[in-house]
Amino acid sequence: MPAIAETRDAVESLGQSTYKWGFETDIEMDLAPKGLNEDTIRLISRRKEEPEWLLGWRLKAFQAWQAMAEPTWAKVSHPPIDFQDAHYYAAPKKKAGPKSLDEVDPELLRTYEKLGIPLHEQALLAGVELPEGQEARAPIAVDAVFDSVSVVTTFRETLAKAGVIFCPISEAVRDHPELVRRYLGSVVPVSDNFYAALNSAVFTDGSFVYVPRGVRCPMELSTYFRINARNTGQFERTLIVVEDGASVSYLEGCTAPMRDENQLHAAVVELVAMDDASIKYSTVQNWYPGDENGRGGIYNFVTKRGACRGARSKISWTQVETGSAITWKYPSCILQGDGAVGEFYSVAVTNNHQQADTGTKMIHLGRNTRSTIIAKTISAGQSDSTYRGLVRMMPKASGARNFTQCDSLLIGDRCGAHTVPYIESRNMTAKVEHEATTSKISEDQLFYCRQRGLSEEDAVGLIVNGFCKDVLKELPMEFAVEAQKLLQISLEGSVG
Amino acid sequence: MSNEFVRIAGLCAKISDGGTDKEILRGVDLEIPAGEVHAIMGPNGSGKSTLSYVLAGREDYEVTGGTATFKGQDLLALEPEERAALGLFLAFQAPVELPGVNNANFLRTAVNAVRRARGQDELDAVAFLKAVRKETKHLSMSDDMLKRNVNVGFSGGEKKRNEVLQMRMLAPSFAILDETDSGLDIDALRIVAEGVNSLRAPDFSALVITHHQRLLDYIVPDRIHVMARGRIIHSGGPELAKQLEAQGYARFLAEAA
Repeated sequence: MPAIAETRDAVESLGQSTYKWGFETDIEMDLAPKGLNEDTIRLISRRKEEPEWLLGWRLKAFQAWQAMAEPTWAKVSHPPIDFQDAHYYAAPKKKAGPKSLDEVDPELLRTYEKLGIPLHEQALLAGVELPEGQEARAPIAVDAVFDSVSVVTTFRETLAKAGVIFCPISEAVRDHPELVRRYLGSVVPVSDNFYAALNSAVFTDGSFVYVPRGVRCPMELSTYFRINARNTGQFERTLIVVEDGASVSYLEGCTAPMRDENQLHAAVVELVAMDDASIKYSTVQNWYPGDENGRGGIYNFVTKRGACRGARSKISWTQVETGSAITWKYPSCILQGDGAVGEFYSVAVTNNHQQADTGTKMIHLGRNTRSTIIAKTISAGQSDSTYRGLVRMMPKASGARNFTQCDSLLIGDRCGAHTVPYIESRNMTAKVEHEATTSKISEDQLFYCRQRGLSEEDAVGLIVNGFCKDVLKELPMEFAVEAQKLLQISLEGSVG
Repeated sequence: MSNEFVRIAGLCAKISDGGTDKEILRGVDLEIPAGEVHAIMGPNGSGKSTLSYVLAGREDYEVTGGTATFKGQDLLALEPEERAALGLFLAFQAPVELPGVNNANFLRTAVNAVRRARGQDELDAVAFLKAVRKETKHLSMSDDMLKRNVNVGFSGGEKKRNEVLQMRMLAPSFAILDETDSGLDIDALRIVAEGVNSLRAPDFSALVITHHQRLLDYIVPDRIHVMARGRIIHSGGPELAKQLEAQGYARFLAEAA
């Protein structure tokens, strides 16, 4: 059975109240017909009122995609994806969601409660419909994340005063075409890989951030804040450009499990850092991982790449990945400017039947470039997790250095952890270090904690958080606290 | 109730070792009234540590017979953390390392877990820190040990002190100390013993497992039991320690055989 149909069945079997809103698309207005061809792309571009150059760009990507095959090198397996069995454009529309929290899967609500998410926010995350009459306010529902609208207003004013642009990418295409045109696809070219090409052809929205020269962005930017965050869809496109001496910290995702009707997600994130610029990009990903038998769940094929173009520029990726049935993701840094710094801090948790193949690429081009990779992998249940990383020292990267540490923690005896580090050095003065460990949560550790009064779940949470400490400390404060709780919740029922 | 504090009767337990069952406890009878400190001595492999594990609820051991009650409750029916909440504490012979887990954080999590279970208010960070500082001073421990990861890179003596610190913070009513004296120099031994002695109270009992009479110079027990081949084979007063030190276990083993 094609994967998309399987998810639909699995999801529908969860019951009417859980997931229903995602699959009533057939007769809605303003929906592209199923399938992917040039007409679909023209339709998307027309509906979004895009300039000619962008349509041309999309079509070029589509041509490239048609000539490409799905990559098979990752250690993941899934039924074939039928790319023609999907709608590639659906305008934000009235959705048949649950009418109130009473209709939402109690399991989901319990998770929200454990994460300490306030009630009105729970409704939002679970996709609860607003009553008739309040419909007009639906597009700005994300405002409800805050206690009052004024927070959002203040936030917009502060950014504008600093000269920072933070808006949906479709808005940026309209209002800042010269910037988008200059940088879009400059880090991840349209033909970079199968999924990036697909994204380039059909992306519908995403975020655009531009921080002008010398500006330190006055607040952390979060997709949480972004007005249209709810309807970004499955092919998200993010572009962040930070000019000389400027800096930004960007938070993507949310610790609360977002229900999503699209099984296939293929996002592209491009970061550009000029001289002395710095970008910190933090992700917490907790998408639907499928049920405990491995049915359903999001397939997450993401291309994230940052270009440290300027001297002494710095890009730091931090990710906590607990969701999705399949994660295929390698946030990378191209260290072009002399003295540029790339960092990758990652925690990947897999439970039940989840599969994760994730890691990073550090491409050292400039002199004295430095990179650090800390990857923590936790596998439980019957899941499989792979760290795949590439460190490449190019001929001109004199004095470049890399330090890599990959640690795997196994819970139970039916899961797998794999480490696949590629190291290529073409410069005699470059230095590459790699350390790796694999360990298990021992019975001794669990018993010790329980003898001191901790429940088994709390004990696992404590041990896992200890294991991930080096990564969690890189997350912004409030995110870190949520991420700790999330790790524990993701591993519930994984021992004993 | 005071007569009915810790009561172990006919306790039998086995462990599965590579497919074959090994019987380790073969009918342990032991009563510890409230307010008393008892010691268990005996040759290696006699089942002393197993007894402490079985009482604390380690799952590797299967209880095949007998009973163990504490404050009138069936210990064997409780989860390890429920036994801890009830007041049972085991100072491990080999304290376990928890990499990345901050010692103070671990201790506070544990203290608040048992306080919650006992219906007491949780300690906030300030109250906790105040309480723990008092104890570390008492045990001549540096504050630095609170910042390190649980037992990671601790010397043998530091690990044992850390066990006693946890014991004092968790306020147990029944403490089992499994060879807490091993690896301690004389000063540390005195400090650890003092840590136990100052807990002595009418509603506190302890079971001290040791190989050496030396510890019992500092923690003077009310009763001493000799354990061999999974049973208590002889019991006596504190003077028994000196006798064992001088004569060894041979006499009792011969009598029991």
